[in-house]
Amino acid sequence: MEKNKTILLGHGSGGRMSHELTEQLFLKYFGRPDDGFLTDAALLEPEGNLLAFTTDSFVVDPVFFPGGDIGKLAVCGTVNDLCVAGASPAYLTAGFIIEEGFPLSQLETIVKSMALCASEAGVKIIAGDTKVVHKHKCDKIFINTSGIGILERRYAHLSKGTHITPGDKIIINGFLADHGLTVMTAREALSIRYNGTSDCAPLNHLIRCAMDAGDIHFMRDATRGGLAAIVTELVDRKTFGIELHENKIPLRENTKGLCEMLGFDPLQIANEGKVMMVVASSDAEKIVAAMQKHPYGKDSCIIGEITDQHPGTAVLNTIIGGKRIIDMPAGELLPRIC
Amino acid sequence: MKYVDEFRNQKLSRLLSEQIHAIVKKEIRLMEVCGGHTLSIHRFGIPELLPPSVHLLSGPGCPVCVSDIRFIDHAIALARLDNVIITTFGDLIRVPGSTSSLEKEKSSGADVRVIYSSLDAIEIANQNPGKKVVFLGIGFETTAPSTAVAVMTAAQEHLTNYFVLSAHKVMPPVMEALIDEGILIDGYIAPGHVSTITGSAMYRFIPEKYKLAVVISGFEPLDLMQSIYMLVRQIEEGRPAVEIQYRRAVRPEGNPKAKTLMNEIFELRDDWWRGFGIIPASGLALRKKYRQYDASVMLPVSVEPPIEPKGCLCGLVLKGLKKPVECKLYKTACTPDHPVGACMVSGEGACATYYRYGKE
Repeated sequence: MEKNKTILLGHGSGGRMSHELTEQLFLKYFGRPDDGFLTDAALLEPEGNLLAFTTDSFVVDPVFFPGGDIGKLAVCGTVNDLCVAGASPAYLTAGFIIEEGFPLSQLETIVKSMALCASEAGVKIIAGDTKVVHKHKCDKIFINTSGIGILERRYAHLSKGTHITPGDKIIINGFLADHGLTVMTAREALSIRYNGTSDCAPLNHLIRCAMDAGDIHFMRDATRGGLAAIVTELVDRKTFGIELHENKIPLRENTKGLCEMLGFDPLQIANEGKVMMVVASSDAEKIVAAMQKHPYGKDSCIIGEITDQHPGTAVLNTIIGGKRIIDMPAGELLPRIC
Repeated sequence: MKYVDEFRNQKLSRLLSEQIHAIVKKEIRLMEVCGGHTLSIHRFGIPELLPPSVHLLSGPGCPVCVSDIRFIDHAIALARLDNVIITTFGDLIRVPGSTSSLEKEKSSGADVRVIYSSLDAIEIANQNPGKKVVFLGIGFETTAPSTAVAVMTAAQEHLTNYFVLSAHKVMPPVMEALIDEGILIDGYIAPGHVSTITGSAMYRFIPEKYKLAVVISGFEPLDLMQSIYMLVRQIEEGRPAVEIQYRRAVRPEGNPKAKTLMNEIFELRDDWWRGFGIIPASGLALRKKYRQYDASVMLPVSVEPPIEPKGCLCGLVLKGLKKPVECKLYKTACTPDHPVGACMVSGEGACATYYRYGKE
């Protein structure tokens, strides 16, 4: 494998080169099955709980950016989708679509970073696939990850939000918009610097701390479309509304500056390590305190509440004391952000 | 944050709100000409802080919105040529032309690139010597100087594959056209960034000839609150004048260097405005001396006859005669995801702003 410095079509052939790639790269970092057998399908044994199952594809451009890369993103994205449903992420699969000529050293960096992130999150990557396409038929590398999580029945309400009641508090675990702005400014076409890094992180341990600290009614990770997309989605056709307070929402000075300059609303910019929680009012302070002890939650705070005042609408109390409606971003703000 | 948070101070905005409430006696109609102002007004919820007798109307100051459908069709025709790269600011690619849009052309294979600076197009021209690179120049006196810089650069670098399709416009003629059409306003919130370049003298005809108030405003919520206060005071005291609120950026004489540069490259021409038709001496064309960079001269194309979208009230919205919510298409056939008119496309368009910030 050493002599092939780049990915060749043969690496996706299913023949000897594919086998080598699996043995020398993927299994090296993701680990071999416990029983040693490399089968067509991994066999799992659920233990009386519910299974949460999700999938996501990653096409981020550029592949490497400050704070992460497409591999870390692919693990975090799927882990986070599972844990905001209240599940404990357990198993991932990884499918790679690679452009012919992609440097092997870069693939190794990506695979290493996936393995590192999976180990931090405590998930196993148990199945995978690689396809190689002709030059210019895909851009460098695309990754799909699917994930299975174990969901205790008492948390089954979380993903549906059926326990949400007026008065509930809304929590966010830190500063918004870092991922979107980092990836955008890492692109060659834009000669603007953003001295921040992507917030890309697996949130399952943080979320577990929060779940143990108090009564959570709903969670969602604020990825594409940002916080604005998830709050508008949450109130859509519901009997409750949301009030957020602009002066409580954590935004870095440089985030505010860049967004002002480019005309972006930071609430609409993508994050990859931020979770919005709706929690019982009586437990909110306890939950925030527990989250603040975790590295991914040290800037956690309450930013708003559920209200019965304007059902179906998310309202922002603006910094100057006005009010406005929060809406979903229209169209594609930044293509290929994850 | 330095120079942002200071202008978003809640105590000061409450104070200004109280002062406006205290001095206003009659019904007052103010027009913000600039799309940036429209955006700020609704983003910060400023109407909530004003007395019900002070009305804010959105005017024709969003460059994308006032660009006529003929310009979009012209750009689309250029995009369909072989070996042409269209470079443009982002909003423009989604504006519907008569039968297509740049976005649709891009998805069917045209090379349309979104750029963030007029000089990016020069760079692309340098990197693609075998292609013709067309920059779509839109905007008022604010952006015209940056296009002028790009043309100068192209001339210095002896580029032969860089062209500008200009839809640049100047502000005063349309402000006069609005008054001449009999639109009922008591004063203008005049554009801050345009005035940074032009200075304040060009608005003098408004109080002198038409007895209307003018205040040049900044874009932060406190800027706008203070400008509204200054306008209300002028109107209530019956002493219309041109005042500068945005003193930290605007000087009476403007930016002489930018004006000289703009004047070197461009000359005034009669121009099409969406909703207005042709307004005399309101557009900027490249001077003959720079015609080798003028896409409309150097790259002849046949442009399809314009078909205005049925039922779209963009024209009346741009004149402040209708609010977006009064258009039958608003929120039904016309949404930011499926815009019918340009006012729903641009981030600074009145319809998109109303939609985004939930105005009923």
